[in-house]
Amino acid sequence: MSKPKLGVFKFASCDGCQLSLLDCEDELLTVAGAVQIAFFPEASREYMEGPYDLTLVEGSITTPHDLEAIKEIRAQSKFLITIGACATAGGIQALRNWKDVTEFTRYVYAHPEYISTLETSTPVADHVAVDFELRGCPINKWQLIEVVNAFLHGRKPNIPSYSVCVECKRRGTACVMVAQGIPCLGPVTQAGCGALCPAYNRGCYGCFGPMESPNVLALGEWWRSMGVDDRALVNALRGFNAYAEPFREASDVYAQQA
Amino acid sequence: MTPAQVLDREGLDRLIEALSARGHRVLGPTVRDGAIVYGDLAATSDLPVGWTDRQGPGKYRLVRRDDDALFGYVVGPQSPKTYLHPAEVVVWAGERTAHGFTMAPPPEPPRYAFVGVRPCELAAIGIQDRVFLGGERDAVYGSRREGIFLVAVNCTEPGGTCFCASMGTGPAATAGYDIVLTEVIDGKDHYFTAESGSERGAEVLREAGAVEAKKGQVKAAADLVEAATGRMGRTMETAGLADLLRQSLEHPHWQEVAKRCLTCANCTLVCPTCFCANVEDTTDLTGRQAQRVRRWDSCFNYEFSLIHGGPHRASAAARYRQWMTHKLAWWFDQFGTSGCVGCGRCITWCPVGIDITAEAAAIRSKQEVV
Repeated sequence: MSKPKLGVFKFASCDGCQLSLLDCEDELLTVAGAVQIAFFPEASREYMEGPYDLTLVEGSITTPHDLEAIKEIRAQSKFLITIGACATAGGIQALRNWKDVTEFTRYVYAHPEYISTLETSTPVADHVAVDFELRGCPINKWQLIEVVNAFLHGRKPNIPSYSVCVECKRRGTACVMVAQGIPCLGPVTQAGCGALCPAYNRGCYGCFGPMESPNVLALGEWWRSMGVDDRALVNALRGFNAYAEPFREASDVYAQQA
Repeated sequence: MTPAQVLDREGLDRLIEALSARGHRVLGPTVRDGAIVYGDLAATSDLPVGWTDRQGPGKYRLVRRDDDALFGYVVGPQSPKTYLHPAEVVVWAGERTAHGFTMAPPPEPPRYAFVGVRPCELAAIGIQDRVFLGGERDAVYGSRREGIFLVAVNCTEPGGTCFCASMGTGPAATAGYDIVLTEVIDGKDHYFTAESGSERGAEVLREAGAVEAKKGQVKAAADLVEAATGRMGRTMETAGLADLLRQSLEHPHWQEVAKRCLTCANCTLVCPTCFCANVEDTTDLTGRQAQRVRRWDSCFNYEFSLIHGGPHRASAAARYRQWMTHKLAWWFDQFGTSGCVGCGRCITWCPVGIDITAEAAAIRSKQEVV
């Protein structure tokens, strides 16, 4: 049996998530041995035509060109996994969705007429069918290996969608919100980072997006009782996963009240 | 059982040394990241000397005391569960061979000694014993539980979310310990009355140089513990509670709680009796190595009740109801005891301060109106 063909594509993003694959170090050679790297410009100059057995897509859809390209990639892919907050939620660049993009282009570019862009930055799943979404800004390389591993062995990936709190408690971190009064998005954020920030006495920034059953307004009410104002709440929710529905809707509520 | 004895702080240092010399890994309360958590003890100076905690719903703060009490606080987010029922443990590991596979036995766990275990925590260990050892022996728990040494400390200053007196588990330890201490600070006099609850407890007290306590010392300690009963931060009305909850499955109050509940699972993870775990089988990329890992899980997690077609407890209301009714009602049917020891952790460490005593009271009061 020939090895599955791997394609890695990117849209609007920083490349950090696909670099997680190269960051796998010890496991990289095993991954490289298990798949045929058919299209991965960050890793190899060899470009092979599709179709691809496993396609990883990073980045959000922000241009008319992206809209066409993602459809072609989907058509060439048997199994398509989006990786990272840009691809799964629209990324930090989805902040444009609340603003006027043409106004931005006038400020930023000397010749805005050359810029062809969409009004919004949206996740890949808004445009084509996606087989699995791997969250995170950036993604966790162990989760990436798990997803690739699950694909290779034809099983369901073990990627939990519960809260970051579960990871804090498992690693023995005392809750930074309860013990230190630090506002934390952990209770409404999906696990996956290993509860990194609270382990260093920081509140969670929500990099892995909303957890499976987020009660954002209830957490927001508690933040308010801690003295956090609505403007700060909007800023906290409008991060890398700003356009993920639960964060978006709650941020709109606080934005109206701020 | 020996007559009440007494140790000073140096005696307690010798006690820790004696446990260590017996091959135990000695654990007890320590200060880390703004909270009191279990950590390794080499001497009493590793304890939270001169610290106390202020606890309320969703709030915990360490505060300096005006004395050098070694045990002048109550329970933190962890309990002996952290060690006896580890958050993550490899149950077995296997490797593919030419003719099948081999399995590696799990590594031998340390022999723990816990110093400063509270009466509610002893009660919780007793409950987990029923869960893990009552029927089929759970090897992970059993191998850690058997051979532990427990030095309990009676509570003289209950915390803001404590309600052990309601649950009948404290503030005095009555069983399940090798040694029980009561700390007394009376002016410049600072001592620990001590009683053994086992033969090896008596031996360790001898090794630590404990001497017979004076009558006044025994009385001073007993008075402090007795006074603590009336100073609990919370109360839980337990009379008829299990039946009440069994009859309240469609009570509108579950929806009220659900508006506040984050389904984040903190209450279950800090609970010293909650025991749920999931078991995950993994392989390496080559498919040659496999292992089975057990991790803490929670009835608040979506996958916990996921079956074909979806989870059968999809809503926050259903999940909170499951947790609370299990703890206070179904636990009796399953294990012959309450699942709640009144430690208050679920109240303090709920990020939004949901209070099991208040929710139980709300269900009771609205019932009476109906």
